[in-house]
Formats: sequence, structure tokens, C-alpha cells
Amino acid sequence: MTTLTNYLAVSAVLFIIGTAGVLFRRNAIIIFMCIELMLNAVNLTLIAFSQFLGNQTGQILVFFVMTVAAAEAAVGLAIVIALFRNKETVEIDKINLLRL
Amino acid sequence: MEIGEIIFWILSIGAIASALLCVTRQSAVVSALMLVLTFVCLSGLYLTLQAQFLAVVQVAVYAGAIMVLVLFVIMLLNLSAEEFKISRNWKTVAGLLATLGIMAQILAAIFMSSDKLPHTIHANAGVLGTTESIGEMLYSNYSFPFEMASIILISAAVGAIILAKKRLV
Repeated sequence: MTTLTNYLAVSAVLFIIGTAGVLFRRNAIIIFMCIELMLNAVNLTLIAFSQFLGNQTGQILVFFVMTVAAAEAAVGLAIVIALFRNKETVEIDKINLLRL
Repeated sequence: MEIGEIIFWILSIGAIASALLCVTRQSAVVSALMLVLTFVCLSGLYLTLQAQFLAVVQVAVYAGAIMVLVLFVIMLLNLSAEEFKISRNWKTVAGLLATLGIMAQILAAIFMSSDKLPHTIHANAGVLGTTESIGEMLYSNYSFPFEMASIILISAAVGAIILAKKRLV
């Protein structure tokens, strides 16, 4: 019998993998993909709670998270393209225009 | 072990393994493909939770639309494989401590409250996950946020075009 704890643990591990990716990778596109991974881990938590507690609101929230993730993907990739056009790189260490 | 449990473990181990591969591979293309595999495994997990609508949307929106866009950009930029090295300075140590701290905190919170959480899926779960019931909810109680979502999408599309244009104006 898979309990809610199993689903939450899987989701937590996925979230941590995403966090580690954001912290340790230097490529902007891979950091971007890790953020998507974190969003998905949270979606799994929301759906698991929604189905185990019998409350549909969690699934509605996941729907809106997916909408915002799609918008974020479009804008984020446009920013990456604009950065590459100006700097010829997507390594975030070399993009320090706003650093004091 | 019953069949549902076996499917759960296969899908969750697949999701975690491909997420690890996604984070550790040097080539961005391989990372993106591994992320697609993670999304497909997650979609299977949604199905084990009887959330059919979101499982299909997960494959269509994430694995289909978003990851194709990411792969398109990766191939457009034609990046060379990044050398994946972890530099040894205080920032790495701080990042490692932060990651381990968050993991310990989340897992502790989950396992300490595990006896308070429900152990079986709710009796209504099969009805709650269908397209019909989610659609009814979206068009009645959540119609305003639903329209707002369309405004978010259209402004994101316009913003993306403006940002990626060669010259503004």
C-alpha cells in the first residue's frame, strides 16, 4: 500500500535534486531546467495531498502552476537568447553586468 | 507486494534516477532528454494517484511543449559541453550545507508527521481527477483566475518576442 508519506518523500527528493542543480550548475539553461524540476516536485506534493484528502483545490492549483511554468519558460528562454546575443555565453559566472 | 506498489516504486526510482542524470550530465541536450524522462515518470505517478487530467496535461505541456522549446533553444545556441566541475571554495560549502539542511528539514517534517497523514487514497479521488470535474470547478469557482491565466500567457508571449528581438522598437 503506497501511503501519502511515500509520495511526499519522492517529491522531497526530486525537489532537493533540483535545488542542488540550481546551486551547483553554471549553465543558465540547465539551471532553468532544474527550476522546472522543482516546480514539478511541488506539483506532485499538491496532487498527492489533493487525492489523499479528497479536496480538488490542489489539482486546480497545479493547473495554474503549469500555466505559469509555461509562461516562465517562454520568458526565461527569451532572456537566455538575449544574453547569448550580447555576451556569447550562457555561463552565469561570466554574466555579471549588475554586480557591484 | 501488490501491483500498484510495484508500479509506484518503478516510477519513483525512474523519476529520481533520471533527475539525478539530468543534473549531473555535461551535455545540455542529454540533460534535457533526461528531464523529459523525469516528466514522463511523474505523469505515471499522477496516474497512480488517479489524477488523469493532470497526467495528460503533464505530458502535453511539460514533455511536449516546454521541453521542445528548451531543446530548440539548446540546439539554436549550439553550446559546447560544459565542464562540470565543483570548485572548492566557501560558496560550494555553503551551497552543500544549504542543500543538506533543506533535505534534512523536509524529510524530518514528512516522517515525523507520517502517522498523522492519511494512509489510503480518498474514496472520491477517482471522481476528483477527471477532466469533467476539474473543468466544472475551473469554469465555476475559479473562472476569474482562469481568465487571468490567459492574460499571463498572452503577456508572456508578447514579452518573449520583445526580449528575443534583435533590435527593440
